Amino acid sequence: MTLRDKTVDETPRSLVRAVLYDATIRGWVFQGLVLLFLILFAVWVIHNTAVNLRAANIPFGFDFLNMRAGFDISQKPIDYTLDSSHAQAFKVGLLNTIIVSVLGIVFATIIGFVVGISRLSNNWLLARAATVYVETLRNVPLLLQLLFWYKAVLSVLPGPRQGYWLPLSINLSNRGLTMPRPIIGEGFEIVLWTVPVAMVLAWVMARWAKRRQIATGQSFPVFRASLGLIVGLPLAVFLVLGAPLSFEFPELKGFNFVGGMVIHPELTAMLFGISLYTATFIAETVRGGILAVSAGQSEAAFSLGLRPNQTMRLIVVPQAMRVIIPPLTSQYLNLTKNSSLALAIGYPDLVAVFAGSTLNITGHAIEVIAITMAVYLALSLITAALMNWFNARVALVER
Amino acid sequence: MRSNTFKTLLLGAAFVGAGAVAASAGTLDDVKAKGFVQCGVNGTGLAGFGAPDDAGNWKGLDVDACRAVAAAVFGDPTKVKFTGLSAKERFTALQSKEIDMLARNSTDTMSRDTQLGITFTGINYYDGQGFMVKKSLGVSSAKDLNGASVCVQSGTTTELNLADYFKSNGMTFNAVVFEKQEEADAAYDAGRCDAYTTDASGLYSIRLKMTKPDDSMVLPEIISKEPLGPAVRQGDDQWESIVRWSHYAMLTAEEFGVTQANVDEMKKSENPEIQRLLGVGEGVDFGTPIGLNKDWAYNIIKGVGNYGESFERNVGEGSPLKIARGLNALWSKGGLQYAPPIR
Amino acid sequence: MSRIETDTVFVRRDFLEPEAPPASLGGFPGWARKHLFSSPLNILVTLAMALLLVWAGPPLFRWLFVDAVWTGTNRDACLPKNGEPMGACWAFVHAKLAQFTFGSYPADQRWRPSLVMIGFFLGLAWIAIPKMPRRREGTWLMLTAFPVLTFWLLYGGFGLPIVETPNWGGLLVTLVVAITGIVASLPLGILLALGRRSKLPFIKIVSVVFIEIWRGVPLITVLFMASVMLPLFLPNGVNFDKLLRALIGVALFTGAYMAETIRGGLQAIPKGQYEGAASLGLSYWQSMRLIILPQALKIVIPGIVNSFISLFKDTSLVMIIGLYDLLGSIQRNFSDASWSTPSIAPTGLIFAAAVFWVFCFSMSRYSMYMERKLNTGRKR
Repeated sequence: MTLRDKTVDETPRSLVRAVLYDATIRGWVFQGLVLLFLILFAVWVIHNTAVNLRAANIPFGFDFLNMRAGFDISQKPIDYTLDSSHAQAFKVGLLNTIIVSVLGIVFATIIGFVVGISRLSNNWLLARAATVYVETLRNVPLLLQLLFWYKAVLSVLPGPRQGYWLPLSINLSNRGLTMPRPIIGEGFEIVLWTVPVAMVLAWVMARWAKRRQIATGQSFPVFRASLGLIVGLPLAVFLVLGAPLSFEFPELKGFNFVGGMVIHPELTAMLFGISLYTATFIAETVRGGILAVSAGQSEAAFSLGLRPNQTMRLIVVPQAMRVIIPPLTSQYLNLTKNSSLALAIGYPDLVAVFAGSTLNITGHAIEVIAITMAVYLALSLITAALMNWFNARVALVER
Repeated sequence: MRSNTFKTLLLGAAFVGAGAVAASAGTLDDVKAKGFVQCGVNGTGLAGFGAPDDAGNWKGLDVDACRAVAAAVFGDPTKVKFTGLSAKERFTALQSKEIDMLARNSTDTMSRDTQLGITFTGINYYDGQGFMVKKSLGVSSAKDLNGASVCVQSGTTTELNLADYFKSNGMTFNAVVFEKQEEADAAYDAGRCDAYTTDASGLYSIRLKMTKPDDSMVLPEIISKEPLGPAVRQGDDQWESIVRWSHYAMLTAEEFGVTQANVDEMKKSENPEIQRLLGVGEGVDFGTPIGLNKDWAYNIIKGVGNYGESFERNVGEGSPLKIARGLNALWSKGGLQYAPPIR
Repeated sequence: MSRIETDTVFVRRDFLEPEAPPASLGGFPGWARKHLFSSPLNILVTLAMALLLVWAGPPLFRWLFVDAVWTGTNRDACLPKNGEPMGACWAFVHAKLAQFTFGSYPADQRWRPSLVMIGFFLGLAWIAIPKMPRRREGTWLMLTAFPVLTFWLLYGGFGLPIVETPNWGGLLVTLVVAITGIVASLPLGILLALGRRSKLPFIKIVSVVFIEIWRGVPLITVLFMASVMLPLFLPNGVNFDKLLRALIGVALFTGAYMAETIRGGLQAIPKGQYEGAASLGLSYWQSMRLIILPQALKIVIPGIVNSFISLFKDTSLVMIIGLYDLLGSIQRNFSDASWSTPSIAPTGLIFAAAVFWVFCFSMSRYSMYMERKLNTGRKR
């Protein structure tokens, strides 16, 4: 019987069955259907959009980017006037997003590492305080915290006429932290160029120190020497060139300060909110990373005669970093994306300037939102790529 | 993308009641089929123009414009539903037929009237942009505001007028721009800005919300023309006429002294103007040609009142705003409100 | 060699009572010495923290409780008295509590959302506490019958007066957005996670692109897209309610994150399970439904709870597109002329923070508890 059945298998009907049940063919058919569905869906959406746009008489296109923007932006890292184009406004917004993200990442990392290590401290008070801080702030929405900090910053600080004068002509008021603005003189570029030169020199020195230590066992204070090099060399050049730098001092004229440069309260509140919030997550990551390094590692280091801070720096941290970096990457990405909440407190970031003022004035909703999303996507991908590269550098090299 | 529709379907099924309304020939037919007028109003709540009270009842001059249309169509001013809209959403909502009419203190400008696929149907409030400052600054004119920080809401004509005004007067300023009006209010209240700018009508309502209303004053300069009015989609002349003439009917009623209280009495009036307005008399029917009943205007006045009543109730002396009629008085009393005759 | 024999062998048979530790090491002084003052640096840190506590603690306590205004019907209660500013204005929170909870939901209908909330928390307790009987049935009930019932109760129809979504607000909207978001994102997340691990190249690419795009953009742009662009994508005349549009945006966004969480669970299932299922002759969908997903979803429960926590916090963003969730309705009331005083804004924000904190903190504790429980189960 079984033999007969097998021969029957050769009939066309079973061939159909064989085709029907073939995983590969079914897979391709399924994919084809999905593709077809996607295409149909895309066509449907595009058709609807085209019909709607035609009905609404909105031309689709990016010409609006060259039109005069005509609105003011409070924080202008590059030249921007009322006559600048929407494209220029876009650049200002993007730069403001980058400024708040980079500063936020720096502060959040510092606070996060300090707090993360503090939670493991044997000082009871410090460890408890760190725990309370982490558990409180990370369970409250960031938007709420931003609103809080903005109100706090504004209510604590006095008006510009009653502002506090700090040393070096720095003034603190509810218009922001007003500082003298450096005016770059003749030859200052040379000073700037010495910074990368010093960095390269420091790198060469570090390599030399490492080789010597491997060869002879003698250690060299690389960190202090590098710091000296990177700070000292430009400073020396600066002085040799006759200090080609002057300052424009802020002056209280009328309502506000004229001249100088200013850190607006919006940026301050953003940095407070976003750094303190992200730092809670970084602290947890750091704590987890350090706990993941087994106690045997530090015991072995002690038995080799390394001091506690050397143990931390040379044994524990490098191993912990492997665990810390992947989640740290996603925290940096989150911070960058969270910086878009700036529009709630009037900080002129990309979303506030471009997806706010420009969108409302021109009405080109699709183009503006698409560009904004693409920019964030690109920022995310770049950050992820950088961190992946760094991760590959510190990853365990398997034999 | 595949999951996009999946989601749409799934949620769509869950929220049947909130779902789709099919398109058909004219807005009026759609509205009659639905049984209500869907009206877009100020979503952040602008006291006097469109704002819900604690119980969720909408009130305001713009809200009355919507109610008047509902009264004209259904004879019932309550057959209207409100959609609160932000400045960003308002025109898209109208274009995409989410709402039947927009009455959200929107300025009629040439580009909006011609390029956005919408039509403004008249002006229900003549406004202009002004400034509010703290009295302690000792400023008495907007011309003194050189170098000031100014709080403003983003993406409105206000933001652009502000820039134009300072530029044309050779002054500098620093704009602090907020997405929502509430946030701009709060920042001004906290002293972040020297001045606050928006439509003058808005300034009066916002001043009332300040911690110390008496510490702020509105400067006399009006720096722009802000004719605010309802808008409808382009290309539906019948619906446009209904919305336009609902406003004119309220103006005409005020002109001839027809009020919510005396409208039934006025039906007996011998004045042919009033008879035409209220659809009294043989062959007097201005409603049917635009798809309404002959007593369409009677219903508006009965349900909402005349323009003067609506004004007094929402923004005038009978309200906390206490705005004078000014430009919004009838033409016969030195204002700009002027309705073409109903005949 | 001879052994030295002695009669006197001294072997101690019982222990001495242990001596008490030196006074400096026992009791509180000893504890303090070890945990607070073990090194110069530690002494410095301890002193700094103590100073901080003394500096910030009492004024905060005074502001929150002692100087606070507990009763009152309008702003006069919270205005500064004799030039002295008052503390927190709890009277404001008390007066507006119904609005913070339900928004402008009609007062005579508020029993409906109350009933839904009570039902939800009871149902949640049923399926979240491991010792409860019939949890599987409970889960199905919560995922099928409960949403339908909730929709009917909240929106109305079939005998109940209809309450339009613009009247919904406060905590109600926060819960609706968060819970709908998480429930709707689960199936989407499962499909995307399976797609990302699929051997079919095209399906895999589509899933990866979809997931990475949504994960790469901020939620606020997604919400803007939902509120401004979505109406343009639909055929002219077809419209969604504003709340529904926000829900679609939130669900798509959360779906992408959920997919990554579930993918982690799928990856943790040993290969033998896949092979075992295949050797039993189960089809792909059968093996996923019967073997893989039940195990994978169980492992990722803590991850799902964590996603829910972030979603819960992120619901506050719908405020920016003009929906009045808890934070939105609190902020909206800051500009209520009959209450505006300097103290209502901090009071309202602290109240909102406390509500969010209670929800998020308890969920994170639950997630940690589940994690421990699941770990022991797997180790055994």
